[in-house]
Amino acid sequence: MSPPARGASALLGSGAAYGQIAPLVAVFAGFLVFPLAVIGVASVWDYENYRLVPTFVLRNYAELFSSGVTYVTYLHTFTLAFLTWGATLLLGFTVAYFLAFHVRSTLWRTVLFLLCTIPFWTSNVIRMISWIPFLGRHGIVNSALLAVGAIHQPLEFLLYSDFAVVLAFVHLSTLFMVVPIFNSMMRIDRSVIEAAVDAGASSWRVIAEVIVPLSKPGIAIGSIFVISLVMGDFVTVRLMGGGKSAAVGLMLANSISLLQYPQAAAGAVVLLGVVLAVVTGILRMVDIRKEL
Amino acid sequence: MTSGTLASHGTEGARLTQSRAISRRRFLVGSAGAAGLALGAPALRGVPVVWAQKLKDVTLRQVGTGVSNINEIAQKAKEDLGITLAMTALDSDAVVQRTVTQPKSYDIADIEYWMAKKVVPTGVLQPMDTTRIKLFDKMVPIFITGKLTPSSPVAQGTAPHTVEFVEGAESVKFSRTPTKWATMIPTIYNADTLGIRPDVIKRKIESWTELLNPEFKGKASILNIPSIGIMDAAMVCEAAGKVKYVDKGNMTKAEIDKTIAAMIDAKKAGQFRAFWKTFDESVNLMSSGEVVIQSMWSPAVTAVRAKGIPCYYAPLKEGYRAWAGGLGIAKHLTGLQKDAAYEYINWYLSGWVGAFLNRQGYYSAVLDTARQQMDPAEWDYWMEGKPAAKDIVDPFGKKIESKGAVRDGGSFYDRMGRVSCWNSVMDEDRYMVAKWNEFIAA
Repeated sequence: MSPPARGASALLGSGAAYGQIAPLVAVFAGFLVFPLAVIGVASVWDYENYRLVPTFVLRNYAELFSSGVTYVTYLHTFTLAFLTWGATLLLGFTVAYFLAFHVRSTLWRTVLFLLCTIPFWTSNVIRMISWIPFLGRHGIVNSALLAVGAIHQPLEFLLYSDFAVVLAFVHLSTLFMVVPIFNSMMRIDRSVIEAAVDAGASSWRVIAEVIVPLSKPGIAIGSIFVISLVMGDFVTVRLMGGGKSAAVGLMLANSISLLQYPQAAAGAVVLLGVVLAVVTGILRMVDIRKEL
Repeated sequence: MTSGTLASHGTEGARLTQSRAISRRRFLVGSAGAAGLALGAPALRGVPVVWAQKLKDVTLRQVGTGVSNINEIAQKAKEDLGITLAMTALDSDAVVQRTVTQPKSYDIADIEYWMAKKVVPTGVLQPMDTTRIKLFDKMVPIFITGKLTPSSPVAQGTAPHTVEFVEGAESVKFSRTPTKWATMIPTIYNADTLGIRPDVIKRKIESWTELLNPEFKGKASILNIPSIGIMDAAMVCEAAGKVKYVDKGNMTKAEIDKTIAAMIDAKKAGQFRAFWKTFDESVNLMSSGEVVIQSMWSPAVTAVRAKGIPCYYAPLKEGYRAWAGGLGIAKHLTGLQKDAAYEYINWYLSGWVGAFLNRQGYYSAVLDTARQQMDPAEWDYWMEGKPAAKDIVDPFGKKIESKGAVRDGGSFYDRMGRVSCWNSVMDEDRYMVAKWNEFIAA
């Protein structure tokens, strides 16, 4: 082709490309950028007795950063997120490994994969609430343990505790870890594994030196899902923690219910910043574009 | 009887509209239907026929807490008045939020008096003309003077009479003395205390201090609605001698600090199993045995018992924490809708609803009319504190007490006469809420 013709087609090509991304840009602008901008603006407004005062004050941020509760709450939320992340990673990796390398038939793989999604056929809240009669002081677990004589006093930590909160989080979000890790594993070239085995690697060494490094993009994506879900949650913490446990999301929900919108907005901006920092950290460690 | 009814129609018509001609016509049509009214439709008392027909097209949107937003009441209002009520039930904080921030989204606000202290100054409700409320002079005096009987003391906190009146038709400033203009019309109130499981706690519970008794470590709960929870906390701290208050309902910062510190100590020591925010959460905590002593609302006690689980609403020597609610009219209501709202509120006080509420263990603002709608055995059980002469059935038809049972806490005067404090909004409200959140996060 002659140079001018190539130029024209490139121009046409880029015009078409802009046209193609325009709907997505419009959706993100309308439903992500605009609301975030509103939250950002509201966070510097003042409020008094349910009235919003459109000014520019940093009072909401000052109150947030000067209150000890904020730090305690963030620390607690991070702890919950970390515990949940650890548990879902262990579970998710194991399940994905089993599905990807132990199940040979595609049919069975599909069936078992669908089994993993069964908990998602019902709502979050129902899944959570069903733990309550199971874990309670007179719940199924305690009754069973008492009946077989394993314990003499009901285990109180099972419900309305951080244990219960993390348990529910793990139940709710393990699948978000399984799917991307499974996806990464399915892309691993089997001949790489064969080569490792031929070179005399034990199966543990294959996992440690071949499968884990090659699954990193999946692990990173799963981690982003789980951590952002836990950091923003307020329902699970309230229901499973018995309303006496703190979380950043719960703090925002409280401000909203008390009509302290600017304070909630400031809290949301800070939370967004914190989560973005965590996600950036993960992305720096792992190049997830390999996955795409 | 008939002429009395007619006369009331006449004055009613005159009040409802400025135009004499229309009022005259309604009077005539009203007379035509009067025989029917006098004979078989006591509930239509005071509603002229033409008006009643017009009311059929009116829908009033009512927003409030789950306490009195009950479908049966909406159905009965439809039958008696023709007005369609669209009810929305929300939790306490959400009700305040809705009434203040979305004033066009409702016509009737069914709110509590402590909320009124926050809501009324924002001007979203219109002051109500008490001369249009037929039974206003029959109201329980708590709402007018703050005293149940002329000799009883005025309790601390946001006592209803302090936010019952405003200075004028356009005013949002509370008047300490009765005026013609009411912020809202009282409908419901009760005295709250601690609920316990008598089958687990096998001794008498007589003081608020028991909530923090280490004997119930890990088995106690308190409600997590700051304006109400702080009052329960104050009752406990005062009873235990931990904090001395000048006015529990309007604490100083120092008093708030001390109260919250005491609660945080108890929380850190593992006293509380959970905190509850909604009615059903409190029922579940108690009936599942997670909690054996907690802040509770009267119908929640009934709900636990209805499951066959013993629950006792303990009268305590320091007295009760009381609350009251009423109906207010949104600022934007005019014309027929506003008249319908007045009709509805007049009907609300006329007996049927009062009896309905009394049978749930609440109290109605006008006692005489409710009494006419209850049979003597019911009245004696709920209001007089006498042993039930027959099985007691709740308004939904479910048996809740057997013959011979006595209401916890006794009679109306025993209970409402021993109110120590009302739910309240303090001057240091914002500070209190921040400290309360520290307690929840601790």
